[in-house]
Formats: sequence, structure tokens, C-alpha cells
Amino acid sequence: MPRADRQTVFLALINVIVLVTGALLAGANFIDSYNLQIMAAQVPELGLLALGVTLAMISGNGGIDLSGIALANLSGIVSFLVVRALVVPGDDPLLFSWTFAGVAIAVGLVGGLLNGIVIAFAGLTPLIATLGTQLLFTGVAVWLTNGSALSLGYIPPLDSFGNLPVLGVPLCFTLFVVVAALIAYILRYTPFGVKLMLLGSNAKAAHYGGIPARRMIVITYTICGILASIAGVVIASRNLSVKWDYGSSYVLIAILIAVLGGVKPEGGYGKVLCVLLAATALQILSSLFNFLGISNFFRDLAWGVLLLALLASARVNFSIWLPSRQ
Amino acid sequence: MTDMTLTNSGPGVFRRIWDLMGRRPELFTLALVILTVIGVAIANPDFLAVNNLFDILRASVVRGIFAMGVLAVLAAGGIDVSFTAIAAFVMYALTMLVTNVFPGMPIWVILPLAAAGGAAFGVVNGLLVHALRTPSLIVTIGTQYFIRSFLLTFIGTALFMNIPAAMDGFGKASLITWHGTNGVISTLPATVLVLVATAFATWFILERTLMGRAIFAAGGTPGIAERLGFNLFYVRLFVFGWAGLLAGVAGIVHVASNRLANPFDLAGMELEIIAAVVLGGAKITGGSGTVVGTLLGVVLITLVSNVLVFIGIPSTLQLAIIGAFILLAGTIFALRNRA
Repeated sequence: MPRADRQTVFLALINVIVLVTGALLAGANFIDSYNLQIMAAQVPELGLLALGVTLAMISGNGGIDLSGIALANLSGIVSFLVVRALVVPGDDPLLFSWTFAGVAIAVGLVGGLLNGIVIAFAGLTPLIATLGTQLLFTGVAVWLTNGSALSLGYIPPLDSFGNLPVLGVPLCFTLFVVVAALIAYILRYTPFGVKLMLLGSNAKAAHYGGIPARRMIVITYTICGILASIAGVVIASRNLSVKWDYGSSYVLIAILIAVLGGVKPEGGYGKVLCVLLAATALQILSSLFNFLGISNFFRDLAWGVLLLALLASARVNFSIWLPSRQ
Repeated sequence: MTDMTLTNSGPGVFRRIWDLMGRRPELFTLALVILTVIGVAIANPDFLAVNNLFDILRASVVRGIFAMGVLAVLAAGGIDVSFTAIAAFVMYALTMLVTNVFPGMPIWVILPLAAAGGAAFGVVNGLLVHALRTPSLIVTIGTQYFIRSFLLTFIGTALFMNIPAAMDGFGKASLITWHGTNGVISTLPATVLVLVATAFATWFILERTLMGRAIFAAGGTPGIAERLGFNLFYVRLFVFGWAGLLAGVAGIVHVASNRLANPFDLAGMELEIIAAVVLGGAKITGGSGTVVGTLLGVVLITLVSNVLVFIGIPSTLQLAIIGAFILLAGTIFALRNRA
């Protein structure tokens, strides 16, 4: 696939260009190992949500997941409330951390399953279904916490998962890369992934090809929910607190990353490696804005322009400028 | 909901009610509204007072004006999430302009100016949606970010506490003043008239003009609408322009009723407006929707947001209830379409 390869190279180049620009504008400590580690530790939250949006978009039929960050926050909150009642964090911090992660992922699974069932069996469009569940998840999170943040306190294993580098790479970033590789493998090499691409590119052909569309949709959105809950665990471990409105702009940025990574909003195409590169590029750019002291409002402006420019660039045919491949 | 009480008179009645709701989805919304009102009234009889009615109407005005624009976009098969950003931009920039440059500008100049400004933004939305051939959700998320952060970066972030006299007067004007038995004075604001006018105009466009036919045709099956000779480009420009126009008007009404221009206001309201329109029976995939249903959807959202505290349901549950209503209504409407 020459087109896809070119896209990967293009995104990798963007990463390098932004890094070099950063080093030139903000000084060499922009690319020292300390700052790179900080940036890497910030990627997973958004990266995992963007992978969820990617899967939803690939499945076609207007697929999108607006409920990601809401579910991430809800799973952190529910899990903390449940686990707090079972395990005393001071007694056995390791057990607490693992139970916390396990319960959070279970909540994500249930939330994702709800999305999938509502979309596949009740027949709601993904947009309305995930809009409804976004409000529902957020609403339950507000109700459970009365709208305030819950502090987890200092729990060593959880804190080191969120912030500690092992062999120079933050643990949560390693986990993100492993999860991304797993999703990439599923999409590329398993029958499920191949069927999902077909379902997304042509639902009618997939139906006549005997692909169980409903089951595929339910599984896809369940995976989205699990990805969101992993993001929730990362958020909790990095901040050592959980709150219902954490990352309220993540809905847009997750979609932006997916589109930047070349995922087709109309379904049937998407490459995990490109999404991963898009997530790191956005993170580096965002850190650069921080370094240069540019206001958050301006950063949002840049995201909006970037999204529209990307959509526009997809409509312009650049191939006439390139040497012919024949 | 209503069929629960009637099922014992035989499956025929159930079938007929189901079919009726299939043809008139707004009846389901009406049933939800009535049930909510009855529920609240039983738990707290004080609720059925004129001042509460006025409060609900007052709280529905801005939502209702927004919802009329969203209805047109949804009916044409699109979606718009940038209208609250347009409203915030227009209300803030215009308040700033009137305060600093034309302090004596009357409201009958301000409102058309707001409408024109909003319509200009909306037409740009329409152009982008058409030219980029991308789902309008993604395009308008982009423009929402652009418009809102442009406002906050380059125009200003400070509140306007002293809004121009014309807007202040417009917000204070009342149609009816009600003196309650216990000395409570409540008024029905004149801004309700703006909602009535926009609702009528939207109804007229959708039901009585060729553009209305084109909107529903484009929302139903774009390919067939094009072969019938409808110009999809004009339809998109029109619906997004209409949503922008009404957003501009709603922004000014919002400033006038709150006596305050806050550039951070209205953000995040877009989802509950879309929820109201969908609760009113408009299909998110386009081709359907009525003004009456949308108004009922708006009332339902206002009821949930404003009066559930009357019956001791904590206000923290609001969002969850709206979310559950969307899933419930969406499921019922979707099953009805399949049958």
C-alpha cells in the first residue's frame, strides 16, 4: 500500500519537524530526556481515546464514540468508590492498584457493551447513542461524587505506573504502545479485523458476505469502552484523583487525532501506527505551545484550524505534483 | 408510556397507539412531558402555579430559538455543534460594539445585526460542509473550536456587566405581570415573542415553502433529492445559515435576559439542544422532524433541568436523566421505524 506508507512517513516527518522546531524555538532542553519523558507520559490518555474513536469510525455507518472521556472518568470514579470499600490502600497498595485497574476495566466493558447494544440492536445511530451515553455516564459520575473531585491519596504502585520511567520510558506510555500494537494486530491479521474493514467500507456487501454485523458492532464498541477505561486508569494514576469533568475538550481532540492519523470518518479505513504518530505529534506541538507560553485559547484555535485544514487537504489532489509511479 | 394503562383493553388498542406514535412521534414526547408534570405535581402541588409556568417559558426561550435552527439542520440530514459558539461570538462582539461605539443603538437594529452576523458564520459552515464532503459533525466541531477560541483569544474574556440600555430594556419588557397570592410577582418576558416568531418562521419554511420540501428531501435520501432537481449546495447553505441566524438572535436574547455578556456562557449547551430536538422526534439521519415536537422536546429538557429539584430528585442527576431520555426516545423511535 504505497499511499498508506507515504502517510506513515509523512506523520513521522511531522513529529521530527515539530521536535526540531521546538528545539530551535524553545532551546535544547525541549528535547532533553526529562521533557521527552513528560511528553510521553501525557500521550496515553488521549491516545487511548483516539484509538477508540478510530475503531468506531472504521466500523462505518457514521460510527463515532463521543462517550470516551465520560466513560474514562466514570470508570475511575466507580472503581475508586468500590475498591475503597474493599481494600485499605495503606495495607496493601499493590492489591489496591490491581483491583482498581480491574474494576475500572470491568466498568468500561459494561459501558462499551451498552453502547454496542444500543447501536446494534436498538438501531440508534452511533452519534445519538454515544451522545446519550455520554450524558448518562457524566450524569452518573456527577451524581456519585456530588460534582467534586475524589482524591485517591498517594498510592505508590499506581503513582509509579503513571509517572515512573522504566528504561527511560514512562510505564503508562509502554502500556499504550502495547495496547496500540494489540489493536493493530487485531485489525490487520485477525479475521475480525478484516471483516470490520469490510463492514465499514460496504455494509451491504458485508451483509451478503455473511458477516454478522450486529455482533461485530457490539464487540467493536465494547473494545472502545475498554480502551476508555484504560485511559481512566491512566488519568487516575497520573493525577491521583478522579473527577467527572476531567478533560472536557478530549472529545474533540480524540477525533482530531483520528482524522489527523488518516482514519476515514465514513468508515472502512484506518491505521493504528498513523494514529499513534498523530497522537505524539499533537502532544509535542501542545507541549511546545506550553513552553512558549502561548495561551490555551490560542491552542484550541490551532486545533480547530488544524482539523479543518486536514479535512481540506484530503480534498485536494496532491498526486499531480508528484512524479508518476508508472 | 401511555400504552401501559390501556393494554388491558386488548392488543388492538396497543397496536393502534403504537401506529399513531409511528406517524406522530411528538405524541410520545407529549406523553413524557405530561407524565413529568403529573409526577412533579403529585409530589409537590405548589408546582402548578402561574409563576412556575412563566419560569419554564422564560427558561425555554433561548433553548427554543437554538432548537429551531438545529431542527432545520437535522431535517436536512446534517448536524451542527458550532451554534453555541456562534451565539457567544455574536452576543459578545455586538455588545462590545454597541457599548463602545453606538451606545444609543435601538434593539430593532441590534437584533437584525445579530441575525446577519450569525447567518454569515452559518453560511461559512454550510460552505465548508459542502466543500469538504466530510460529516458535518466533524466540520462543525472544527468551526466551534475556531470561533470560540478566536473570541477568547482576540476579542476578549472580560464580562460586560453594564449592557447597553436597549438590550437591558428588551430583557426587562414584560407581556404579563402576575401578582401571586403570597406577594410573589412574576412576569412573562417579551422575549417569548422572539421564540414564537422564530417557531412560526421555521414552521412556515419547513411546511409551506419549496425550500422546506428540498430540506426534507435532502435529509431523506440525498441522491434521489439531487435527481429530483433539488440543489443540495443551496439546501446546505440555507440550513446552516438559518441555524447561524437563529444562534445570533438567541445570543442577544440570552444577554438581554441575563443582563450580562459573558464570553464563556452557552458553551457546552449544544448537546442538550440536540437532545431536545431528537426527543422531539426528529431523526438524526434526517428527513423528519416537526416544530411542535421540537418545542415539546425543549419543554421536556427545561422541565428536567429546572423542576426535578421540586420533587427531591438531586440536581446532580439531571444529566443522567437527560441521557436516559435520549436513549429511551431514540430506541423507541428507531424500533418504530423498523416495524
